[in-house]
Amino acid sequence: MSASDVKNAAATSEQGQDERRINMIEAINEALDIMLERDPDTIVMGEDVGYFGGVFRATAGLQEKHGKTRVFDTPISECGIIGVAVGMGAYGLRPIPEIQFADYIYPGLDQLISEAARLRYRSATDYIAPMTVRSPFGGGIFGGQTHSQSPEALFTHVAGLKTVIPATPYDAKGLLIASIEDNDPVIFFEPKRIYNGPFTGFYDKPVEPWKRHKDSVVPEGYYKIPLGKARQVTEGEQLTVLAYGTMVHVAEAVCADKGVEADILDLRTLMPLDIEAIEASVKRTGRCLIVHEATRTSGFGAELSALVTERCFYHLEAPVERVTGFDTPYPHSLEWAYFPGPVRIGEAIDKILKD
Amino acid sequence: MADGASGKSGDSPHTGDNRPALALHVPEPRSRPGDPVNFADVDVGAPGDMPRPDEGCAPGEMKDLAYGLVRVLGDDNKAHGPWDPKLSPDTLRTMLGHMAMVRAFDERMFRGQRQGKTSFYMKCTGEEATSVSAGMALASDDMVFPSYRQQGILIARGYPLIEMINQIYSNKGDKLKGRQLPIMYSSREHSFFSISGNLATQTPQAVGWAMASAIKGDSRIAATWVGEGSTAEGDFHSACTFATVYNAPVILNVINNQWAISSFSGFAGSERTTFAARALGYGLAGLRVDGNDALACFAAQQWAANRARANQGPTLIEYFTYRAEGHSTSDDPSGYRSAQEREEWPLGDPVMRLKNHMIAIGEWDEERQEAMDRKCAEEVKAATKEAEKNGILGHGLHHPFKTMFEDVFEELPWHLKEQAAQATREREIKWPDQHPKDGAGK
Repeated sequence: MSASDVKNAAATSEQGQDERRINMIEAINEALDIMLERDPDTIVMGEDVGYFGGVFRATAGLQEKHGKTRVFDTPISECGIIGVAVGMGAYGLRPIPEIQFADYIYPGLDQLISEAARLRYRSATDYIAPMTVRSPFGGGIFGGQTHSQSPEALFTHVAGLKTVIPATPYDAKGLLIASIEDNDPVIFFEPKRIYNGPFTGFYDKPVEPWKRHKDSVVPEGYYKIPLGKARQVTEGEQLTVLAYGTMVHVAEAVCADKGVEADILDLRTLMPLDIEAIEASVKRTGRCLIVHEATRTSGFGAELSALVTERCFYHLEAPVERVTGFDTPYPHSLEWAYFPGPVRIGEAIDKILKD
Repeated sequence: MADGASGKSGDSPHTGDNRPALALHVPEPRSRPGDPVNFADVDVGAPGDMPRPDEGCAPGEMKDLAYGLVRVLGDDNKAHGPWDPKLSPDTLRTMLGHMAMVRAFDERMFRGQRQGKTSFYMKCTGEEATSVSAGMALASDDMVFPSYRQQGILIARGYPLIEMINQIYSNKGDKLKGRQLPIMYSSREHSFFSISGNLATQTPQAVGWAMASAIKGDSRIAATWVGEGSTAEGDFHSACTFATVYNAPVILNVINNQWAISSFSGFAGSERTTFAARALGYGLAGLRVDGNDALACFAAQQWAANRARANQGPTLIEYFTYRAEGHSTSDDPSGYRSAQEREEWPLGDPVMRLKNHMIAIGEWDEERQEAMDRKCAEEVKAATKEAEKNGILGHGLHHPFKTMFEDVFEELPWHLKEQAAQATREREIKWPDQHPKDGAGK
C-alpha cells in the first residue's frame, strides 16, 4: 500500500464514489496487513493464525504474503503466547498475539497483569511491552460458556493496560492500527457476533450483512482512530446510552424500534475512557443507560455508573440504569435468555424515561 | 438430590470392594532442625567423568548428561576432564574477584537491612558461581532474564555498586524510582531484564526475546535463570515448549539450590528425577552441573551458548548447588532445616574451591586473597557511603511523589491526573509547612 493509494482511497471516499464496503474480519485483516507492511518490527502469532489464517479468518493470507517468521502458529499456551510477546517487546518488536477466544485468555493473565502491564513502570521505562492482544469476545454465536465471555472488566481493572473494543469495520481497522502503534499493552476485544454483520439483538431475524451499514465503508490505506475518543452513534435529547461492541447496535435498534431519541455513545475504548464525551452527553440529557453483555456485578457498567453519578449527579433526572448479562456462566441452550436483548433494554429505557 | 448422587463422598472412604486403599505421598526432606545430616546417598560422581559432546549433539544422544553431574574441579584442586574450559589465569582471577565482590556485597547489604536501612535483601551465598561464572561465558550483550538471586551477573557485567545500593535503599538516586522491592534490579544498558517478583515469568520472556533475535537475524542469544522450586510454574513449561518448538537461541538455567523458602526440592519433583531431565521430554539439550564448581558452570554455559549461537537449539542446565543462607532477610531457615546441611554439603563452597584451584596451579595465594577480600569490602563500604547520601528507605529521601503516577502508561490519562491531584492535596494537608499557599513549596 503506497502513500498515493491511501490518498486516492481517501479522495474516493470523500467523493462518495466506488465506496468499498467490507466486514469487520476483512477490516481487521487489512489493518494487520498494513502494519506488517509498514513496520518490520510487527509480528502476528497465535493458535492457528499462520497457514490456516485463524479460526475466524482474521489472519487469512498474511503468512503467505509476509512470511513464516512474521506470521506464525503457536503452541496452545496462552501463558506462553503472552510471555514470549513480553520478551519480544523487550527486544524491540511490536507483537500482535491473537488469543483464539477471550475465554482462553486466563492462562495468560499473570503475564498480562504482572508483567506486560507493569513493565514500563517497574523498570522505569527501561523496558516496555508494546503488544496488542487481539481476541474475539462476547456471545451470540452459540459458543456456550467457554466461547462467549466478555471479560473486559478484568483488564480495565489493571493499571497499565488499555482496553479497546470496536463496533464497526471502519473503527476496527482504525482502532487496531492505533493500538498496534501504541507503546502500551492493548487488549483488543473483537465482538465476534458482529464480525460479519451488525446485530440488532433480534436473533430470530435474518442477519444483516455489513454491506448495508454506513460504517462498513472503509478506506483501503492506513488510518488511525485515536484511543480514548468515543463515537457519537446517534444524537438525541431523551437519554444517553453508553455501550460498546455488539451492544451498540442492539441499543441503536431498540431505540429506533421504540422511537426513542437517544444520544448513543460507542465508547470504543474503555481505557482510556472518553469521560468528556460521557459527561457532556449525560449533562445534556439528564438520563443514562449503560449496556454491556458482560456479567453485571463488578462489570465495567459499575465503573461507568459510578463515574456518571460522581460527575453528573445534579443533572440526573432518573437513576442510572445498567443493562447487562446475568451473573451466571453463559448458557449454551439459553443463550438468548441470557443475552441483554431488546426486551431487557426496552424495559430499562421505559424505566429511565418514566418520570 | 439424594446424597448418593450429589458427588460428595460420605464419611467412610470407598468401602465395599477389595481394591487396595490409596495413599497420598507428601515429600519430606532428609533432615529437619536438629537432625543429623548425611548426604551419602547423593551421587555426585567424579570430576572429569562426564563426556563433553559436540555442541550440535541431538538431545537424545546426550541423555546421561541430564542425570550425571558435570564436574571439573576435583578434591585435588585440579581441573579434570573434557569440560575444563581452560581459562587463562587472568580470567580466573577476574572470576574469583567477581565472586568475592558478590560475597562482600551480600554481607554488607544483609547487615544494612538489619540496621534498618532497607526493607529486604537476598543473599546468594554458595551460589555465586551459578551467576558469575555462568554469566561470564555469555557475551556482554547477550540478554539475561534473571530471577532474584543473580546479582553476580550484574556485578560481573560492571554495573556500578552504587546503583545497586540506590535501588536497595529505594532512595532518590534509585534508577527504578523506588518502585521495586530491593534487589529487583533492571538495566537495559547491561542487557539485564527487569526482575519480577512473580516467579518463572521471566522464562517464556527469555524465549520470546531469543525468538525475536532469531526473527531479526541478530547474533545475540538470551539466557534465563530460575529456581528449581519455580520450575513447577506453568510459565516454565511454556518456556520449554516454545523454546523447543522454535529452536530458540536460549539457555534455561535452573538453579537447584535445594530449597524454595522452606520447601525442599522434592516439592518440585526432585524425588523422582533430576531437573535437567525435564529437558528430555521437550527435546531440549539437558546438562546437569556441579553449581559450586566455577569452571563447570562456565563450561556448561559456554557449551549452551555456542550451541544456541550456531542455531543448534536451546539448552536446559541444572546447577546442583546449595542455598547456604536463608531465602531472604525475612526468612530464618533454622525453623525448617538442619543447620548441619550447609557444613555437610558434598560439593563445598564455590569461592573456596576456585581459590584453592588457583593456588594449586600457582596463580594465586592466601596473601592476595586476603588483600582482594579487603579491597572488595572497602569498595562496597565506599559505595554504600556514597549511596547513603541519596538516602535510605523511609528517611524521606525518595523520588518526588508525582513519579508514582508516571510510567503507568506512556502518557498520563485523565484519571491518573485526577488521582495525582488528590495525592498533592493529601501532602498539603499532611505537611502544610512544605506547601505554602503561594505554591513555592515542592
